[in-house]
Amino acid sequence: MNKFTTLSGIAAPMPLINIDTDMIIPKQFLKTIKRSGLGVNLFDEMRYDDDRNEIPDFVLNKPQYRDAQIIVAGDNFGCGSSREHAPWAIADFGITCIIAPSYADIFYSNCFKNGILPIVLPQEQVDALMKDAEKGANARIEIDLENQSITSSDGDVFTFEVDSFKKHCLMNGLDDIGLTMEKAASIDTFEESASQSRPWV
Amino acid sequence: MSPKTLYDKIWDAHVTHEADDGTCLLYIDRHLVHEVTSPQAFEGLRMAGRSVRAPDKTIAVPDHNVPTTLDRADATTMTEDSRIQVEALDKNAKEFGVHYYPVSDVRQGIVHIVGPEQGWTLPGMTVVCGDSHTATHGAFGSLAHGIGTSEVEHVLATQTLIQKKSKNMKVEITGKLRPGVTAKDITLSVIGVTGTAGGTGYVIEYCGEAIRDLSMEGRMTVCNMAIEGGARAGIIAPDETTFEYCMGRPHAPKGAQWEAALEWWKTLYSDDDAAWDKVITLKGEDIAPVVTWGTSPEDVLPITAKVPAATDFKGGKIEAAQRSLDYMGLTAGMALTDVEIDTVFIGSCTNGRIEDLRAAAAILKGKKIKDGMRAMIVPGSGLVRAQAEEEGLADIFKDAGFEWRLAGCSMCLAMNPDQLAPGERCAATSNRNFEGRQGRGGRTHLMSPAMAAAAAITGKLTDVRDLM
Ligand code: SF4
Repeated sequence: MNKFTTLSGIAAPMPLINIDTDMIIPKQFLKTIKRSGLGVNLFDEMRYDDDRNEIPDFVLNKPQYRDAQIIVAGDNFGCGSSREHAPWAIADFGITCIIAPSYADIFYSNCFKNGILPIVLPQEQVDALMKDAEKGANARIEIDLENQSITSSDGDVFTFEVDSFKKHCLMNGLDDIGLTMEKAASIDTFEESASQSRPWV
Repeated sequence: MSPKTLYDKIWDAHVTHEADDGTCLLYIDRHLVHEVTSPQAFEGLRMAGRSVRAPDKTIAVPDHNVPTTLDRADATTMTEDSRIQVEALDKNAKEFGVHYYPVSDVRQGIVHIVGPEQGWTLPGMTVVCGDSHTATHGAFGSLAHGIGTSEVEHVLATQTLIQKKSKNMKVEITGKLRPGVTAKDITLSVIGVTGTAGGTGYVIEYCGEAIRDLSMEGRMTVCNMAIEGGARAGIIAPDETTFEYCMGRPHAPKGAQWEAALEWWKTLYSDDDAAWDKVITLKGEDIAPVVTWGTSPEDVLPITAKVPAATDFKGGKIEAAQRSLDYMGLTAGMALTDVEIDTVFIGSCTNGRIEDLRAAAAILKGKKIKDGMRAMIVPGSGLVRAQAEEEGLADIFKDAGFEWRLAGCSMCLAMNPDQLAPGERCAATSNRNFEGRQGRGGRTHLMSPAMAAAAAITGKLTDVRDLM
């Protein structure tokens, strides 16, 4: 997994609330058996018309946001299905940080498994960064995961909370499975005692 | 001992390791797998030279993109990419030695219907699946939730999941439901109150007389949509209804083990003085048959209501509601019962069980669907289909003009050829009305099976009570 430490990037404003996983990556793109290559279909139905031409009004099609690395979004981002294709598509597009007032649970945890930092901020601060993002390509936002801070293009600094374990894994690009495998002995012990107390499982 | 909720009890029974910061390794009793969210996970195992730690606790079934037409044994009815996914599951199930119900098996169906039906899902278990509607299994008093593909790989390799505990929310439905009101109306009405983010960070326990009165099928419908309310999981304490449903299922314990299991299951309830982080109470009598009007499951109203205006809402919801109204092609102020529909879909893991088909058949018996209406019933599993045929329900559907399909997810998410055309309006018993969910540009109104059946007859969104 790619490490995430600091990021200085263009932020695309997506103020809509309840942006769901069907919008992020519609189901016709879930038929892949690979993790890569989904970036071209990120937000597919909002991004392209029926003839597969780009819809110029859609934020990621605007020249100033084509290279965005950050999305500033409305409440409850990523609601809907558990499809990890959503963060795969986001990461494949080149976006590694999302800023929103809240996320759906599964989406939130899926982000961390794919090198994406989902930041939660209060609505007023998201609103401020949304305004910043609306300025376009010159408004770079700086993210510092170590210090848990965001600096807007005007120099305003916001701090954010993040789970310490998730932060550690993200900063070091650690794979969860490897970490858990180190605790194999505790899983063995649990299985042994459960086979006594709940043998029907 | 300090009082505990049901969630606390199941959680505590499955913690295999706890780190200082509260991050836990939770043991997983049942891992359900389907073709869409698992290929990358099996591939990951293969690349790392890992095996499946507990293949006997892992159950795989293809459901999302299998065709539901009668000719599906012919592989050419599938698109190339769908076929590749199903074949990958066939291959992975065989190679890693997990339990498997292939398309040709009568027990095949939607993973959340097959698990309970086969007795894989039992009270007090932890159940996960790479699918958000895993919440369904909470109806048994098990802790069940959806996971992403990286987590699928993690569970395959370690039979555990890295988790932090959620908060406890109680949703109580008091009293009795009125005639024509079903489990679907309960669960949609709750989301109408909490909103789609209201449950975020919580595990919801549903309780109260109206919940107790529900069958297992109804309880599964309620828990199924806990995820639409944003909750990690929904859960209902097991009772006699639960035990009766489980007894004798192929993978339920037998004999002395059954007795031992039962003894533990009977301790699985929230203690009277348990602490709740949030409590919501609804009166069963106040719940009406409901439908959704917008593109979020929280956009729910009694069928007797009128389409709202965007300005009825506040904050970010104003813009979202306007977008919904435009997408759905509805005008504020029109009666919901004046909304004409083109298609009816009865099925999905929310409402594809035998009781759902019985409810639809009760409305459709001796009637015909409106001329020109496209209507299909997709049973949740091969066994549900077989039972419906035995009970004569299939004939009622066919006589009414419905297509009678084979089991699968079908038009719930339209990954197979069952899709809406742009602008086509559908009365659906599934769980999501997102833009494009049932096909690009398709318009979905969520409702109960009885309400969907009523809509098929009249060609409009209909108050089922007028047909009863
Ligand atoms: S029926 Fe629909 S919601 Fe249920 S598992 Fe299938 S696609 Fe998901």
